[in-house]
Amino acid sequence: MIYWDLFVGFLQVGCFAFGGAYGAIPLIRDVVLSNGWLTDETLAYMIAVAESTPGPIMINLATYVGSSQAGIVGSILATLAVVLPSFIVIIVLTAALKTAMKNKYVQAVIRGMKPCIIGIVLATGVYMIGNNVLTSTVGTMLNVRALILTVLLLAITYGAKPILKKKPSPIILIVIAALLGVVVYGV
Amino acid sequence: MKQNNLLADLLLTFMKIGLFTFGGGYVMIGFIEDICVNKKKWISHEEMADILVIAESTPGPMAINCATYVGFVQAGFVGSLMTTLGIVLPSFVIIYLISMVLDGFLEITLIAHAFQGIKIAVGVLIFDAALGMIKKMPKKPLMKGIMVCAFIAMMVINIFALRFSTIALMIIAAIVSLSVFIAKGAPDMKGDGKGAMKGGAAQ
Repeated sequence: MIYWDLFVGFLQVGCFAFGGAYGAIPLIRDVVLSNGWLTDETLAYMIAVAESTPGPIMINLATYVGSSQAGIVGSILATLAVVLPSFIVIIVLTAALKTAMKNKYVQAVIRGMKPCIIGIVLATGVYMIGNNVLTSTVGTMLNVRALILTVLLLAITYGAKPILKKKPSPIILIVIAALLGVVVYGV
Repeated sequence: MKQNNLLADLLLTFMKIGLFTFGGGYVMIGFIEDICVNKKKWISHEEMADILVIAESTPGPMAINCATYVGFVQAGFVGSLMTTLGIVLPSFVIIYLISMVLDGFLEITLIAHAFQGIKIAVGVLIFDAALGMIKKMPKKPLMKGIMVCAFIAMMVINIFALRFSTIALMIIAAIVSLSVFIAKGAPDMKGDGKGAMKGGAAQ
């Protein structure tokens, strides 16, 4: 049943998403692809929308996936599920948690999970970039427009820092990418 | 009456935080700290620091952890419901509205082209977030090893479209780390926990 699947799927995301919003993206991707809820393409659009709208990205994605699959009830269930673990952790464990987090065995588990999710996030980013550059409408081949865009965006991300003293914010990068997309795909 | 005022204040304040922070993560934390510690004096600087350590070491959105905690210490369980609801509600309403129009929106050629560009930006953003996390990760051989193995495993899973859940990968990593720790005789490592906690903050 879709409501149950949404709830359990996003509950898992809420339970295992260490490392902030980007830590959650591979998990959400896993859930939506394996259930056939979204394509990689739609998910990428939604990540951009989630970045450009207020609020935590995880919640934005849960709301969207829930709504696209099962309307308002679906979006409420998915959002509730992704929030629930954090909520419960704080309510039940506020007192006990500080001691628990200092426990050396708990620390050993965290030391395993943190680098794991970092590797997963890195692989997701590399795969998404590679997938964009190597896929076109006619199957697996070099997509020249995507390659140009990728190189430009990487140059902006890492080239702006020495000049402007800081990296462009995600929203600015998304706006630039949208404009470049209109230019590069429009011609 | 006074209690109701506080609950309304908690709800409205966190709705404002939810509505005006783009990009989530640390932007939101800064905003919460400014309002709850400096302006409203709902929690102290020390509490805020503690809650951040807990938020970073537990899964889920950090902003939710902060909101829940502030509500709980101010007005108990109902208070925590108010703050959590407050921070979620603006995103929920906005995304719900967007989800209803997005498909039609994408059929406009100009918008479709813009989203082709945006799709590539998302890949770059995720890649950059991972690099940021690697920089902050304590440089211990085992952690580096797990990171590299997880990266390779996830690449293989992606490229060959294998059905292997990311959660299973994380549980394996936890077991490996715990086993190595126990095999070493579970030494007490002072200050080590702090490094691990700082490990995986995104953005």
